[in-house]
Amino acid sequence: MIAELGHFALTLAFAVALFQVTVPLVGAARGWADWMRAAAPAALMQFLLTGLAFAALIHAFVTSDFSLRVVAANSHSLKPMIFKVSGTWGNHEGSMLLWVLILTIFGAMVAAFGRNLPLGLKARALSVQAMIAAAFFAFILFTSNPFDRLDPAPLDGNDLNPLLQDIGLALHPPFLYLGYVGLSMAFSFAVAALIEGRVDAAWARWVRPWTLAAWIALTIGIALGSYWAYYELGWGGWWFWDPVENASFMPWLVAGALLHSAIVVEKRNALKTWTILLAIFAFSLSLIGTFLVRSGVITSVHAFANDPARGVFILAILGVTILGSLTLFAWRAPSMRSEGLFRPVSREGGLMLNNLLLATSAAVVFTGTLAPLVREFMDGAKISVGAPFFNLAFTPFMVLLLIALPVGALMPWKRGDIGAVLARLWWAAAGALALGGIVWGLQGGGRLLAPVGLALAAWVLLGVLVEILERSGLPRVGLGTALARIGRMPRADWGKLIAHAGMGLSVMGIAAVTAWEVEDIRLARPGDSIPLAGYEIRFDDVSQGQGPNYLYERGRFTVTRGGETVAVLEPEKRLYPVQGQPTTEAAIDSGLARDIYVVLGDRQTNGEAWAIRVYVKPLANWIWLGALVMGLGGLVSLSDRRYRVGAAARRQPSTAVAAE
Amino acid sequence: MQALLVALALLIAAPAFAVQPDEVLADPALEGRARAISKELRCLVCQNESIDDSNADLARDLRLLVRERLMQGDTDQQVLDYLVQRYGEFVLLKPRFSAANAALWLAGPLTFLIGLGAIVVFLRGRRSQTASSEAPLTEEETAALKRILKR
Repeated sequence: MIAELGHFALTLAFAVALFQVTVPLVGAARGWADWMRAAAPAALMQFLLTGLAFAALIHAFVTSDFSLRVVAANSHSLKPMIFKVSGTWGNHEGSMLLWVLILTIFGAMVAAFGRNLPLGLKARALSVQAMIAAAFFAFILFTSNPFDRLDPAPLDGNDLNPLLQDIGLALHPPFLYLGYVGLSMAFSFAVAALIEGRVDAAWARWVRPWTLAAWIALTIGIALGSYWAYYELGWGGWWFWDPVENASFMPWLVAGALLHSAIVVEKRNALKTWTILLAIFAFSLSLIGTFLVRSGVITSVHAFANDPARGVFILAILGVTILGSLTLFAWRAPSMRSEGLFRPVSREGGLMLNNLLLATSAAVVFTGTLAPLVREFMDGAKISVGAPFFNLAFTPFMVLLLIALPVGALMPWKRGDIGAVLARLWWAAAGALALGGIVWGLQGGGRLLAPVGLALAAWVLLGVLVEILERSGLPRVGLGTALARIGRMPRADWGKLIAHAGMGLSVMGIAAVTAWEVEDIRLARPGDSIPLAGYEIRFDDVSQGQGPNYLYERGRFTVTRGGETVAVLEPEKRLYPVQGQPTTEAAIDSGLARDIYVVLGDRQTNGEAWAIRVYVKPLANWIWLGALVMGLGGLVSLSDRRYRVGAAARRQPSTAVAAE
Repeated sequence: MQALLVALALLIAAPAFAVQPDEVLADPALEGRARAISKELRCLVCQNESIDDSNADLARDLRLLVRERLMQGDTDQQVLDYLVQRYGEFVLLKPRFSAANAALWLAGPLTFLIGLGAIVVFLRGRRSQTASSEAPLTEEETAALKRILKR
């Protein structure tokens, strides 16, 4: 019964979305204010109805209602409660419903908080938002209905893939979807601006926080997914350049570019058309990501398998969205003029270089991800594009980006002097080069990865420090004055500094763990000791037992250093009998300086020995710590005064300039 | 009973991780080369995993094959060539540079150069816009401009 209510609510939401597509758009075209005002309540209603549908699906999972096809296929009565709840979106149908729920949340937020928005822009943006929603409601209702019943209902379910029975699943997809779908706001505003034919500072001030929010969510979501892979897949890899990872990485890169170019629109009234184009690309890449994951055109470890009919449907949505918005762009964009003038060497110029490098990196990831598909289509050849390609083709642009970052960040608006900026940065450069040199000397020459990577990270971090010191006035003023000065710095500036520092931290972690990770693979008996990187890892014993829905073998390892116990680690091998799938649960002693990572392998047939893998991974946690710091920087920037007060509305009449 | 169940369950279980201790070569330098080569090779039955990461039986066979070839004194390139000859280019995670793969390899550099060119054109257009909106050129400036344009 509740499932039918959910289905009904979803159908109603579809109808409301269709209403929201047409009425406000016509109203905006004709200048009928009451038609335009219909957008906001419709958006709120859409959200309520979709929320109801989603609640109904959660209810079915929690109560293990196996008469629902998705529940029977993806759940089990013995599964722990948290995984019953998170299992709601651990399957294709449920995750699509979550996707569209988040879409309606964003629409409702515009409706609720967008009181300052010009009525026409708001009506048009909500109408575009509803077009996307309507397409996805149709997709869910016609190809992926989560409320399908089974008759007869099975006695128990098939259980969820054990790899997904993890807190990672509870968090990773919702954050990613917040990011993907959050970019739909930038898209809707971009299309609305194209329809209106004008882009101004007020527009940028609206788009930037949504993009920022989406980018923060993507950053956290990607970091969570990476950390999840790190501890769950059992060999401590944290990034695989898997097509589905790439699908989330491309929007992240483009959203990063969009964040930076929106600043130029907001502050300097320039780069408008480019910013609109980026907004279209960012969301298009999110849709392409959705298509890649669900159509089965590309094989990936993220098997959300998939049915060609769904692929065709999403491809149609994708085609209409991208072609439609680009056509509109080609038609309307030439009429938009940018006013703010600047020299090539300036903050604006630096931000353009940032955009160029981020867009190029996204293009590399895009071609690499789609090349196997294209080759097979063109001449039937089968090729593989994996980590070795991306490491080679992607990294150079990141290196350029990191070299340019501190210089661009210190550049003044309008017109700068590269020599003067470099002079302010000289000790950051000296520090970075010194660190690189020391590292290179210590490792005795050889591979440049660690020295170059660490020097770049230090360059970015010291660049941030230079900026903070300059803003404080040190050493010219006293400490008290200096602290008061940096205390008064706008939150947006803090956000920038924190986010850039986070980038530096991540790069440091990536370089260190890639260059310096050590491992030991061996057969060991209980009582044996494995020496690695100054630690002694003693294999104590193995015990067996039963978890809530799995059986396990659990090893016990004592890690000591210089005779002192550092940690006791208990890696497990599990078997989930319902799906017949084994998993390895690595045990990790996490630290800022290093992770000690132990995996229990198979017992050897001929005796008491076990296959054991031990890794010491220096600075591994900095990768994700850096990502969190980047996200934090975004949050601080998002809390800046100008996004909280009604600045957009107040200034709007004076700064809005029609494009014509 | 429970112990029996666990034992039974773990018998069914597939190997839990990639490189097994019995595969590791005694010579660390040779083993290091084997690992580096393994990272470049695709596990043919997996989804975009290298044979170094994969648990599949076929990946194990390939790892052993790589080590066998190295033991026989092949260079890294010879090992890769041997595998490409046997399994096709599909086995390489980093496609070779060839006419058919040119688009893939050049996508990054070309995007960068075209973007850079577009920016230069854009900024030049802006500069002439600036110039026209500011005071007209003096005679010396016009002369200088002519000199530059002639070059």
